[in-house]
Amino acid sequence: MPSPIRWMNAALSAAFAMSMAAGAAAEPVSERRAAELERLVRHDCGSCHGMTLKGGLGPDITARRLAGSEPSALASIILDGVPEKPMPPWRPLLSEAEALWIADYLLKDASP
Amino acid sequence: MTKPLKLLSGLIAVFATVIATVISASLGNAERAATGPRGTGDLGIIIERATGSVLVFDSSERRMLYRVEGLGDLSHASAVFSRDERFAYVFGRDGGLTKVDLLAGSIARRVMQAGNSIGGAISDDGTLIAASNYEPGGVRVFDAATLDLVADIPAIWSGGSSKTIGLVDAPGRRFVFSLWDAGETWIADFAGGSKPVVTKLAGIGRNPYDALITGNGRHYIAGLYGEDGLTVIDLWQSPLAPRRILSEYGRGEAKLPVYKMPHLEGWALAGDRFALPAVGRHEVLWVDARTFDEVGRTKVHGQPVFAVARPDGRHVWVNFAHPDNDTIQVIDTHSRAIVAEWKPGPAVLHIEFTPRGHEAWVSVRDGNAVEIYDARTFEKKGRIEAQSPSGIFLAARAHRTGL
Ligand code: HEC
Repeated sequence: MPSPIRWMNAALSAAFAMSMAAGAAAEPVSERRAAELERLVRHDCGSCHGMTLKGGLGPDITARRLAGSEPSALASIILDGVPEKPMPPWRPLLSEAEALWIADYLLKDASP
Repeated sequence: MTKPLKLLSGLIAVFATVIATVISASLGNAERAATGPRGTGDLGIIIERATGSVLVFDSSERRMLYRVEGLGDLSHASAVFSRDERFAYVFGRDGGLTKVDLLAGSIARRVMQAGNSIGGAISDDGTLIAASNYEPGGVRVFDAATLDLVADIPAIWSGGSSKTIGLVDAPGRRFVFSLWDAGETWIADFAGGSKPVVTKLAGIGRNPYDALITGNGRHYIAGLYGEDGLTVIDLWQSPLAPRRILSEYGRGEAKLPVYKMPHLEGWALAGDRFALPAVGRHEVLWVDARTFDEVGRTKVHGQPVFAVARPDGRHVWVNFAHPDNDTIQVIDTHSRAIVAEWKPGPAVLHIEFTPRGHEAWVSVRDGNAVEIYDARTFEKKGRIEAQSPSGIFLAARAHRTGL
C-alpha cells in the first residue's frame, strides 16, 4: 500500500474509533445544550404532552407520573418512539446522552 | 378710547372667546377619537403561549394595543370571535375558557371548563361556545354571553372515554367533532334549543387527528393518523355516508417521524382544488374540490403543519414541524411550484392572512415576534414583539364558517 493512502486509512480508523468511543461514553451535555434541551422539552415535546407536561394527545409525563421509571427505559422510548403510536423516534435529532439528559430532567420534578 | 373702538375691541374679545371655545371643543374630539368609539374589524389577538397572556393588536396600524394576562396555560390555544367582533373566546390547554374584551383590553369572563382542552367553536348564531376536551374527553357547550354551561357531551364509546378533536361549527346551530380513540364523528345539533340531538357516525378511520369544514359548511374532512387517507362527510347528504379519500396515498411507503401533528384549519381552497398537509411525508397534497380525488403533490421542506391559502386562493403558505420549523414556503396553486422560501426565524408556528389577503402575519415563537409580510411581494412590512407567540387570530374570523 503506498504510504499516503495507508496514512489516510489509519487516520480514518482513528477518527472512527474516537467517534464510537464518544457515542458509547456519552459525552456530557454542555450547559448551553442543556438550555436548548429544556426548551425542546417544554415546547416541542409540549406540542403533544402539553407545555406543563401534564398531557395532551400524549400522556402526562410529569415526574409524579413517571416516578419509578428507569432513566434508560425512558431514554429508549425517546430515541425509538412507540411504534403505531404518535410518539415519534427522536434518534435522528438527539444523541443517547441527550435522551438520557431529558429522561433525568423529566424524572426530577421540573414541572412548575 | 372712543365708543366705536371700545365696541370693536369688545367684539374682538367675544370673537376670540368663541374661537377658543371652538378650538378646545375640536381638541376634545381629537382626544376622544384616540380612546373613544372605534371599530374592531381590523383587531386581532396573538397568543403568548408561555406566559398565559394575549396581545390585542390593531392590524391596520400594525401595533399592539394591550396585553391581557391571566389566561392560564395557553400552549396549543386557539380562539373564536363573537358576531359583533368585540369579544374573543380563548380556549386554553388547561381547560380554561376566557372571554376577552378587545375594546377594553380586559377579561370579561373566565371559566375552567375541563382538565385538558384542545380548541373550540362558536355556533352560527353566535350564542353557543363549544370546547373540545382531552380530559375528560368530550365536548362542553356554553352560553356565549355568560359562559354558563348549556350542555355536556361526554365522548363515551365502547372503549371508554375518547379524546375529541377537529371540533367545528356547521350551519344550523350544529357542532361537528371526532373521537381520536374511537374513530367516530359526532354531530351535535342544537337547532331545537339547549338539548342537542347527537348523530354518531362510526368507522370514520383510525385516530382522526384534526378536521376542517369547508367554507360553505357542506363538507367535513377528518385527517387520519392511524391509517392512510382522510374521511369526508357531505353534510348535505341524507343519510350521512362518510367516504374515505386518498386512501391509496402513500401506501407501502415508510412514513417519516411526525414531530408535530399537522393542522387542518380552514379550507385552503384554490380554484377547483385544495391543499392539505400530508402526515409523515414532506409533501402538500392537492385534492379536487368536487371529486375529492388526489390531483397532485408538491414536495416541501419538511413535515408541513399549516397549509394556508391566501384568501384569493392563488398562493398557499406552508410552515413546518420541528426541526424544519424556521422556514416558510409559498406554493403557487396554478403551477403547484414553490415560488418563494425564506426563514422568518426560529420556530414559525402560525400564519394568518388579513381578510382580503394583502398581508400575512407570521408568529416566530423563539424569535419572540410576529413578522408582518406583504402577501404578494413577501417584503417585510412590520413586526410586533411578543413573548413566545403562537396562534394569531383576526376578529374577521367571526364571519367565517369553520374558523
Ligand atoms: C407527535 C406527538 C408527540 C411528541 C412530539 C412527543 N410525544 Fe411522547 N408520546 C406521545 C404519545 C401519543 C405517547 C403514548 C404512546 C403510547 O400510547 O404508548 C407518548 C409517550 C411518551 C413517553 C412514555 C410515557 C409513559 O407513560 O410511558 C415518554 C417518556 C415520552 N413520550 C416523552 C417524550 C419526549 C421527551 C418528547 C420530546 C423529545 C416527546 N415525548 C414528544 C406523543 C408525542
